[in-house]
Amino acid sequence: MVSGAGATVTPDAPAATVHGRTPGFWRRAAASPTLIAGALLCGLLVVVAILAPVLAPYDPSAQNLTGGLLPPSPEHWFGTDQLGRDILSRMLFAAQVDLRIAVLAAATPFVVGVALGLVAGYVGGWVDAVVGRLVDTVIAFPFYVIVIALVFALGAGETGIYVAFALVGWVGYARVVRGVTRSLRGAGWVEAARGGGLGRARVLWRHVLPHVLPQAVVLLMTEILLIMVAVVTLGYLGLGVQPPTPDWGAMIADGQAFVTTKWWISAIPGLAVVSTGVALSLVGDGLADAWRVK
Amino acid sequence: MTPAPARETTAVRSTGAYPVLRAAARALARVVPVAVGVVLAVFFLLRLVPGDPARMILGERATPESVAALRTRLGLDLPLPQQFADFAVRLLTHGDTGDSLVYGTSTRALILERAPVSLGIVALAVAVSVLVAVPLAVTAARHRDGIVDHLVRVIPTIGLGMPLFWVGLLLIIVFAVTLRWFPVGGIGTTPLDPLRSLVLPAVAVSFGLVPPLVRSLRAQLLEVMSADFVTTLTAAGLSERRVTYGHVLRNAALPTLTLLSVYVASLIGGTLVVEKVFGINGLGSLLFNAIGNRDFPVVQGIALYCAVLVVVVSLVVDVLVAWIDPRTRRGASGSTGRSW
Repeated sequence: MVSGAGATVTPDAPAATVHGRTPGFWRRAAASPTLIAGALLCGLLVVVAILAPVLAPYDPSAQNLTGGLLPPSPEHWFGTDQLGRDILSRMLFAAQVDLRIAVLAAATPFVVGVALGLVAGYVGGWVDAVVGRLVDTVIAFPFYVIVIALVFALGAGETGIYVAFALVGWVGYARVVRGVTRSLRGAGWVEAARGGGLGRARVLWRHVLPHVLPQAVVLLMTEILLIMVAVVTLGYLGLGVQPPTPDWGAMIADGQAFVTTKWWISAIPGLAVVSTGVALSLVGDGLADAWRVK
Repeated sequence: MTPAPARETTAVRSTGAYPVLRAAARALARVVPVAVGVVLAVFFLLRLVPGDPARMILGERATPESVAALRTRLGLDLPLPQQFADFAVRLLTHGDTGDSLVYGTSTRALILERAPVSLGIVALAVAVSVLVAVPLAVTAARHRDGIVDHLVRVIPTIGLGMPLFWVGLLLIIVFAVTLRWFPVGGIGTTPLDPLRSLVLPAVAVSFGLVPPLVRSLRAQLLEVMSADFVTTLTAAGLSERRVTYGHVLRNAALPTLTLLSVYVASLIGGTLVVEKVFGINGLGSLLFNAIGNRDFPVVQGIALYCAVLVVVVSLVVDVLVAWIDPRTRRGASGSTGRSW
């Protein structure tokens, strides 16, 4: 059933790394146009998001009911929404909100997934079987269905989002890390460390983790991206960040009622989502190349 | 990993039933714990609600009596094992997660009534994705580093970050509002209307499938093209076109089938969200209405039915792949041989 991502792990890939130090990683990273472009774009987005209060020409919540639904103009670059709020200002503040939530929501699943994958792959036996069946159960649910149902049950908004992703977001890391760990179990230096009398935890922490981390970090970039899109989708559905806090998804939803005449209200915030996605994809692909992992 | 040539000897086929049965048994053995896990997850969904679920469903202004009545109706006043036993019995006898709190009817009836539209979108989206992804991947693999290859390698980078509901809105702006080729939303009334109104939603959903599909298909094709039998066929004088379409594509088909089954879950999720954009009365609108009404049994039912569908599809594909793949019949471990 899970012959997808788990099967694509290349057991021999981490062999290129020697005790966590990848020869030539920095050289390859510095020579990778993909990574540099992605890092620059990511950096730009983060700076813009942090500087939103400085860059935004208007208060994102300031309503002007007589100046609603204005088309793009020199005063309002991206026009105004139905309540007369400046769309550019709201997009800048929404960048802050959506990026922060995506990064924070990706943190817990990363730690949980890597830990479970390490233990399942190294210990094997019933632990491996139990984690495997847990993974199977989570991926049996369509991602959006389970996330929507969980956020609904836990309560719409930021806290619900964090808990929901903590519950379902770890499976990708668990599968990848478990696969690599299994393939490393018999590697010379791991056996040597074990034979030298090191405990399981220490072998895993010092001698296995450094080798699986590159793949997990590459996956992290994709996961942040997927979570960001999911957070925006939840916002569109009214389950995400609650108004009046600006969020790209809710902005797109607000514009949908006027899509026949004022299409830009919905179209422009989506471009912000796509740009963030491209930035994260490029970083992920660039890191994968530099670390020589798939 | 390189698939063997699909053109296998028929002599092996006649003796090869047992390995396929073994593969089927293995796949089934994995389904049982997943089914238990899915049922437990759906059961605990209601119990995840912070505080009293009955209070959450009825709202802050509900009287204590009505909250108590709902607690009894949902069985929340019983001990947890008893609650689960009742839940499981209802599931096994009625095939659902209880009656809708709003409509009073079985959640199964509600879901089965709405499912055809959603599954129609999923099926159309698969067709659109395959029609787009296969020619792109073949062209990219045949002309490596050509224009199409570069395009194909860029698609996943851009496509992953596109929210499907936003793609749906863009499609509405371009093809429904501006060009007027398709209806803006809804499902229409005349016999041909439904098909026409499902095209844009299906195209929107396919934006979620084409990027991963084209990426893996290209990789598969390149791998098969470097296999020994391709060199042999080329050396034997077959044209490049015949090798590609007659042999390489066939050998890339099985991994693609498996990949499609892996993506069924995300297709269903995408469909439910995209339905909302187009105002289509499928499972998506049922789900979002149920959320608006705090109709918990319906939300649970939809999650359960989606998971069942995903598990059944992957089971069928696993067995199908084992059956088609000649390596299974020869006793070698096929693509279903991994533990997880």
